[in-house]
Amino acid sequence: MSAKVTFNSDRCKGCELCTTVCPKHIVIIDKETINRKGYHPAAVSDMEQCIGCASCAKICPDSIITVEKF
Amino acid sequence: MAIVYQKSAGLTDHELHYCPGCHHGIIHKLVAESLVELGLLDDAIGVCPVGCSVFAYNYFSCDMQEAAHGRAPAVATGIKRTHPDQCVFTYQGDGDLASIGAAEIVHAAMRGEKFTTIFVNNAIYGMTGGQMAPTTLIGQRATTCQSGRTVEQAGMPIRVAEMLSTLDGCVYAERVCVTDIANINKAKKAIKKAFEKQMNREGFTFIEVLSTCPTNWGMTPLKANQWLKENMAAYYPLGVIKDKAIDAEVK
Amino acid sequence: MAKELWKGNEAIAEAAIRAGCDCFFGYPITPQSEVPEYMSVHLPEHGGVFVQAESEVAAINMVYGAAGAGMRAMTSSSSPGISLKQEGITYIAGAELPAVIINCMRGGPGLGTIQPGQGDYFQATRGGGNGDYRTVVLSPSNVQETVDFVQEAFDIADQYRNPVMVVCDGLIGQMMEPIEWREIPKRKLPPKDWAASGRKGRDHHNVINSLYMDPEVCDEHNRHLDEKYAEIVKNEIRWEEVECEDAELVITAYGTPARIALTALEALRAEGIKAGLFRPITLWPFPEKALHELAAKEHVKAFLDVEMSSSGQMIDDVRLAVEGQKPISYLGHAGGVMPTVEEMIESAKKALKEVK
Repeated sequence: MSAKVTFNSDRCKGCELCTTVCPKHIVIIDKETINRKGYHPAAVSDMEQCIGCASCAKICPDSIITVEKF
Repeated sequence: MAIVYQKSAGLTDHELHYCPGCHHGIIHKLVAESLVELGLLDDAIGVCPVGCSVFAYNYFSCDMQEAAHGRAPAVATGIKRTHPDQCVFTYQGDGDLASIGAAEIVHAAMRGEKFTTIFVNNAIYGMTGGQMAPTTLIGQRATTCQSGRTVEQAGMPIRVAEMLSTLDGCVYAERVCVTDIANINKAKKAIKKAFEKQMNREGFTFIEVLSTCPTNWGMTPLKANQWLKENMAAYYPLGVIKDKAIDAEVK
Repeated sequence: MAKELWKGNEAIAEAAIRAGCDCFFGYPITPQSEVPEYMSVHLPEHGGVFVQAESEVAAINMVYGAAGAGMRAMTSSSSPGISLKQEGITYIAGAELPAVIINCMRGGPGLGTIQPGQGDYFQATRGGGNGDYRTVVLSPSNVQETVDFVQEAFDIADQYRNPVMVVCDGLIGQMMEPIEWREIPKRKLPPKDWAASGRKGRDHHNVINSLYMDPEVCDEHNRHLDEKYAEIVKNEIRWEEVECEDAELVITAYGTPARIALTALEALRAEGIKAGLFRPITLWPFPEKALHELAAKEHVKAFLDVEMSSSGQMIDDVRLAVEGQKPISYLGHAGGVMPTVEEMIESAKKALKEVK
């Protein structure tokens, strides 16, 4: 794992914009979870594949995504 | 471990009230990041008038003034003329800027007021519930044109960036969108350039950002993104509409 | 200090500059255009900012922006222009910003006339825009008072963080009179630590705002404003009484008609009629208690309200203050036509005859 994506999931509105920009297609909507706002929040399906490009974070309208690189 | 991306210091920790997928949040952070990266945040004064972005004063961490509907360019004139060394910007929607505030924006541009206007064009009145705006496209449905806007009834939509570009006081006008990473990068570059030109006292700078309104368009955020690219960008062409510095070189 | 001859409107502008006005935003309209004209030349000489706005609406919003950023800001206009400014005035009141607004009144309604009038009493004293708010309204009746009040208006605005309107009629604006540049009383003014003028290291951001989505919070904000207005009522009421000590007939008038009334008083007294003048100087807050107490006096038999307004506007406040204790009659003309000394004498005699 060379990078890590953290979601402030409580604030996610499930708009799915982040899922459209990931070059590795690992940003998904977690249908198993419902957050306190009542949305299915975004999540990363396979963190190992994350390259830390921060595309998901850049497009997130609610600025709930933090990206770190090792 | 190094942080590659985190919420900008130009934004407060306040939760945004915007609907899911609304582009306001993206545009907010591009403005905030630009202010931080240019070292202007501590000096900046923003003006947000009535519309969906009326609560922007809760979100930007610089000093803010809320303004009456359409009057942000006048309010910003009062601020900038008395604080000529500080960065001043207005953040306005299309109902606000292109309709009720048409006089204020035209005259601020005419006077070459040295502030930057971020114009968020989503072709509809968002906050009041999806009524027709002067920017609503022909055929587009809104709650005050339920069968779609017609030329006969409401005329053709207004291209504000092009209109303001005819004024000598407007030195820079660019139209951008934030539907994907490439366009987000372009939008940020344009916003930074506008702030830089403002600080160089070149004149009035104007960035029109095409934006979605998934709720009032009645679409999912992803569908709205697609609709923007196919319909809005076709009528409102993206790119630099006017750059006086480059225009002067070419001549 | 030596007296100088000044035209009312130019004196207003000069007084503002002397009061430390940082910026002026205006739009041409008769009969006040000398104010922006004078400001355009002389305010920049003192380091101030002058902008001719595209409309009265824009001008008052420029005032809002500059005032919100901590500046001493002013605009001026005349009646129809003040109607346009009401949007900005209510925002200024709601956001609690200090601002000075000059209203050189002309006749209405609509375009009315460019001649002097007093038909703006309601739009000056009742807030004028939407919502529950008050504007402090100072009413001079000569050029000397005008320059004194304009200077004080900036301090009153700063002290209470509230818009202050100086209403003079077109006659005072256009008239030349000798004046003295007098020191105005010093006030203790609060620091403008609320101004949105850039954080500059401040640990929080300042916000200028009049929006309160939560009804409870909006209600609370209105209560806070009410408390402030109560403070203004307590501290700022001003009026003048002329020969009211034994008066049987009291004329109530402000501005130019109050001045004409002074001549009428002399003539009435010469005929042995005990007449007096009660002149509100602050139209809001109105000198209600003083007038109520005067009406209660045994020697006072009747009131005659005189205004440059067809059926009277201030007369409503006079009635509220007198509370039916004594009869009130009215003399007035709409904009442009002055109530004459002769009319006042006749009306005064008639009013007295009716009660005797």
